[in-house]
This record gives sequence, structure tokens and C-alpha cells, in this order.
Amino acid sequence: MPVVEVNHIVKSYADKIAVNDLSFSIAPNEIFGLIGPNGAGKTTTLRMMMDIIKPDSGTVTILGEKLTEASKNKLGYLPEERGLYRNLTVIDSIIYLASLKGMDRHSAEEKADELLNHTGMLPHKGKKIEELSKGMGQIIQLIVTIIHDPELVVLDEPFAGLDPVNTELLKMIFVDLRNRDKAVILSTHQMNQVEELCDRILMIDNGRSVLQGNLTEIKSRYRSNSVIIDSEGDLGQIPGVTEKRAHKGYVELILDGNTTPKQVLERLVGTGIVINRFEAATPSLNEIFLKVAGKNHE
Amino acid sequence: MNKTLLIFRHEFRHTIRRTGFIVLTILPPLLALLGIGVFHIVSGITRPPAEVTEIGYVDEAGGFDQFTTQGNITLVRFDTPETATQALIKKDIKEYFIIPSDFISTGIIRRYTTQRELRPPAATTAAIEDFISSNLLAGKVPEVTAARVKAPLNLVTTTLAATGAVAPEQGGYANLVIPGIFGALLAVSLMFSSIYLLQGLGAEKENRLMEILLSSVSTRQLIGGKVLGIGAAGLAQVAVWVAATPFLLNLASSSIGGFISTIQIPPNLLALAVVYFVLGYLLFAVFSIGVAAISSSVREAQTLASIFTTWVIAPFWFLSAIMEFPYSPAWVVLSIFPFSAPVLVILRLGLTGVPGWQLATSIAVLVLCIFGGLVLASKLLRTYMLMYGKRPNLGEIIRNLRSG
Repeated sequence: MPVVEVNHIVKSYADKIAVNDLSFSIAPNEIFGLIGPNGAGKTTTLRMMMDIIKPDSGTVTILGEKLTEASKNKLGYLPEERGLYRNLTVIDSIIYLASLKGMDRHSAEEKADELLNHTGMLPHKGKKIEELSKGMGQIIQLIVTIIHDPELVVLDEPFAGLDPVNTELLKMIFVDLRNRDKAVILSTHQMNQVEELCDRILMIDNGRSVLQGNLTEIKSRYRSNSVIIDSEGDLGQIPGVTEKRAHKGYVELILDGNTTPKQVLERLVGTGIVINRFEAATPSLNEIFLKVAGKNHE
Repeated sequence: MNKTLLIFRHEFRHTIRRTGFIVLTILPPLLALLGIGVFHIVSGITRPPAEVTEIGYVDEAGGFDQFTTQGNITLVRFDTPETATQALIKKDIKEYFIIPSDFISTGIIRRYTTQRELRPPAATTAAIEDFISSNLLAGKVPEVTAARVKAPLNLVTTTLAATGAVAPEQGGYANLVIPGIFGALLAVSLMFSSIYLLQGLGAEKENRLMEILLSSVSTRQLIGGKVLGIGAAGLAQVAVWVAATPFLLNLASSSIGGFISTIQIPPNLLALAVVYFVLGYLLFAVFSIGVAAISSSVREAQTLASIFTTWVIAPFWFLSAIMEFPYSPAWVVLSIFPFSAPVLVILRLGLTGVPGWQLATSIAVLVLCIFGGLVLASKLLRTYMLMYGKRPNLGEIIRNLRSG
């Protein structure tokens, strides 16, 4: 059973349609990337999923049922706009917000200690939120998001403003969530993180789905007929190669329609030159993003 | 535990631990205590001295030579103003006055003193008045008549009910004391409860907490928990004040005991005070939520909210006019206008009473406004609590409310 099923949701405001007929589903044991340019409708989609705002039409089901007050306890949400009670201590903030997710005080305190320890924040347990740095506040916010062991974790720009150490810490936590059969939705602009973490993606633009599916399959779909080679010595003329594009540290060879990368490799090996790196060129997600989003904005 | 109860408990605890709340709770009883103490000290200092004071006079009109002892004041006759002035400079007398030769036709008495004062002391004025009238009437009318001329009447009024029977409430200042105290407490607690609610919601919006809260609870639970939690804190504050009142009145009665014994509590006052506190608080609470939703900061929310919170204290601005013209139609209108009704109705209960139809209309309008306000506030909260940075203008608000 999918953890989330979104069917044809539409949300419009007085002057614009924010989300237009969007559908997707997310399975357990999956990190799902939600990407799109600014103002594409990502946050509105997430807010509708979390029942913070209501769709004009369409349905959202979480764990097979419409979202109720009880099923909200099975969701964890890290919004893009971070916020905590600035005058409360770290532990009091965590316990209060965990209690709103159905946890009793004792379990919340026990789990909070475990997560604070895991993230290296235990020494700051008694500090007021306003005394923490922005990055520390984000870690606390993440703890609040996952403390109640939700089935679905929704993360809106989770890496924004984090240093590399905390970024790695968060990535480990997300992978661990997936390994524990949780579904994770990752909405971000950082395409390298999506490439590294996500199993499937949904790209939306102007509120509509423009690209959806398995990340490997999408990259394969957008692969151009070219290879990347890092070699020593002059490559010379290679049959089947129509163009050579020099980049820093490597050369991209554009192949004609009848030549495969395997044939090019065989021909190069035949010339006897030293080859340090050879791979079929696949576009980065960033390039696909620019290509798809750019096309829609032309 | 129910999520509304969790929010209620959090808001209640958070509110009663605030420094501002604690100060406001203990400040009024403390100020009253201070006031009573100061009154005792000042009245002790300024109490007329027990020893005899000598006041001089020059009788140019003639015939004012009897009744020169007036309580603790002894009147000493001088032949000329010059001799009286010399005695005043030497401090033989405290002051002196001249009864001019044309006094009978003009009524003018000229008083001379070395002290700077706003007006003559009441004891001095009373002594001179008694001295003059006693001398004027001496031998011309019987003593009883003279006494009546000096204190011509003691007006005793009895208010009758529509049936002609003596009314249970006889009016007067004593009747206004308890409603006045209740009205003031009501106004203060309504104002501050609204401010706490504004600050709470405004801070959650400013601190970007709304989205996190709404991903865990519904708008209904959030509003319910907050309104009840902060309302309960406000009620606890009023309870502290009310509990302190008998002690303070008891303490005050040693100096103004005669007046306190005449205090009457209008019937139904307590019940109506509770009804108007609850309705008033709910009304201001729902409007505070709406204002907090559209404001971009706590400061802005408080400025905007003053548009309606000002009406809570407005009845006190008009208090002298209400006492002067208690039956003006303006007070009827303001007793039905929901923002001024809670405090004004309580004040009017002590002054003239409030007809049943006005009470019923006022309560009905309050209830309608609370329900209407709740629908509006919920919509505003859902629409604007997640919009940060700028306050929408009225046109945008109307457009967004219409589009649902």
C-alpha cells in the first residue's frame, strides 16, 4: 500500500493556480524527490498533503485513508520556514511538540535524549532555543520532525543553511529512515542531494507535473549519445564521432546515430592511447532540471 | 490527552509564568494597599489639630461680638486692620478677616493669611459662616429657627418601584462602587487577555511555528486550546483580584467605614459579570486571532487591535457624562455595541439599572458577533497565518475571503 496517494489535486488563489491537477504516489522504503523552480507549487503541494491547507479539488490519502487528526500523528513535517518557541528550552520545545504528535512525556523525553545524543546536541538540552545557532536550531527542528517515529517524513529544503558536517548527518538520518521502511519526501533545490538520495522524483512547474519517475530511468531517458573520455595523447580522428567538445580534464565525444559507446571504446583501445577514464555521458539532474524547466519558461 | 487540552495546558502555564502577567496580577491589589496606606498617613498628618486655633477679625459693620468660640477655633476681635496685621505677622493669630461696613448688602468678607492655598480650609469657612449667621440671627428668631437657617435641609430620597413600593435599589454613589470595581477589573482583564492572545499568536507567526503546529493539530484545536488557555489565565487573574477585594475593603473600612457600610451590590451583578466576562473575552479573543493572522509582527498586531480594544475602556472616559445623563439613548446604543457592551452594562447596572430588553439584545448581539467573528477569524487564520513579511490590504483580504 502506498504511504501517500495524491490524486488530481488543484489549489488556486485569488490571482493564480498554484497547483494544477497533480497526481503521484509514494511507497514505503523510498526517498521521493519533489523538485521544481521557485513558485512551482512545491510548498503548496506539501501543505495540502499535511492538511494545513485544503485542496479545491482532488484527494490526498495517507496510509490508505483521508488525513484525520489521529493520522496526523503518523506524519513528520519539516517546513521550509523553520520555527520553534524561542523562549522555551530545547527539551521543553521537543516534549511539547512531541506531545502534539501523541507522545507521552516520558517516552518523548527518553527519545529526545537518544536523538539529542545521536546528533551531538545533548549538551544543549537545557538551553533556550534563542541561544542556539541557526544550524543547531535546524537539528532540533529535525528531531521534532522524527521523534514520534512517523511513517511519512516530509522535508522542505532540509539542507538550507547547514554546514557540510550537519548536511552529512542529515543525509545519514534520511537514509536510515528509508532503511526502516519509512517514506521520505525531499523537496529541495539542491540537485546533487536529490541525485544522491532519491529513488524517484517528481518535477513540477507552474503547478503541473512535468517529469516523474525513477531517477535512473529519467537520467537514461535524457542521456545524449555521447561519451566522456580522459586520455593521454591526441585522440585523432575516430570513426563514428561527429564532434569533440573539450572540457576541463576531459573530452566529450558526440557520436553519430549508428555508433555505440562500446564501438568507440574498441576503436580507441585499438589506437593504443592511454585511457584514464571512459564513460557513457549521462546528464546531471541539474542539467535535466534546467532543460525541462527552461523549456517551460521559454 | 486531547490535543485541545494539551494546547490549553501549554498556553495556561506559559501565560501565568510570564513576568508581565505576574506583575499585572499582583500590581492592582498592591497599589490599592499602597493607596490605603498613603490615605491613612496623609489623613493622619493633615487631621485638624486638637489645640485651639485663633483667628482674628475686624468688625466694621458692627454687631458681630457673640459666638466667638467655634469648636477648636476662637475668634479674636481687633479694632483696626493694622492691629490685626501686626498680630498676624507676630503669629499671635493664624489669619484674620474683615467684615466690611457694607457686608449686609454685599455679603463680602475679606480674609487675610500668610499661607498660600488653593482655597480656604473647610473648617475655617464653616467657623466663619456659623459665626456670621449666628450673630445675624441672635435675638431675632428662636434658637431652633436659627439652627434650621444654618442647616436648612437634609434631603432624604426614596426610590419607588413601578408598583409604588419602595424599590430594592436606592441608587447613590454607594451603589456604583461594586459595579465600578467589577467594570474596571473586567476592562483590564479583557484588555490584557486580548494582548496575551495577540502576543501568543503573533509570536508563533513571527517565529514560523504555525506550520509545525498545524501539521499536528487542526485550526479548531489550535484556536480552542489557545482561547481557553489564555482565557483561564485571565480568569485566574480576576480571581486573585476578587479574592483580595474583601481584605482591601476591610482594611479601607477603618478610614472610610461609614461609606463602605452603605455599599449595595445590585442583584444579578455577579451572574451578569460572569456572563459579560465570558462573552466579552470570547469576542475579543476571536477578533484578536483575526488581527494576529493578518499582521506581520506582534507590534503591528497590537497596533491594529487597539481599534477594538479601545472600546473596552471607552465607558470610563464617558463615566461623568453617564452619571450626569444616565438615561441618554447614547448609552443604550453603546450597551448593545458589542465592543463597549461588557463594561458599560456592568457600570450602568450600578447607576440606573439596565432594562431586560437591553440586556437580552446586548447578549444576543455579542453571541452573534462571537460566532461571526469565529468564522471570519478561522478563515483569516487559515489564509494568512502562513503568509509572512507583509500585511495584506483590505481589498486582498476581502478577495481572499470571498475565494474561500
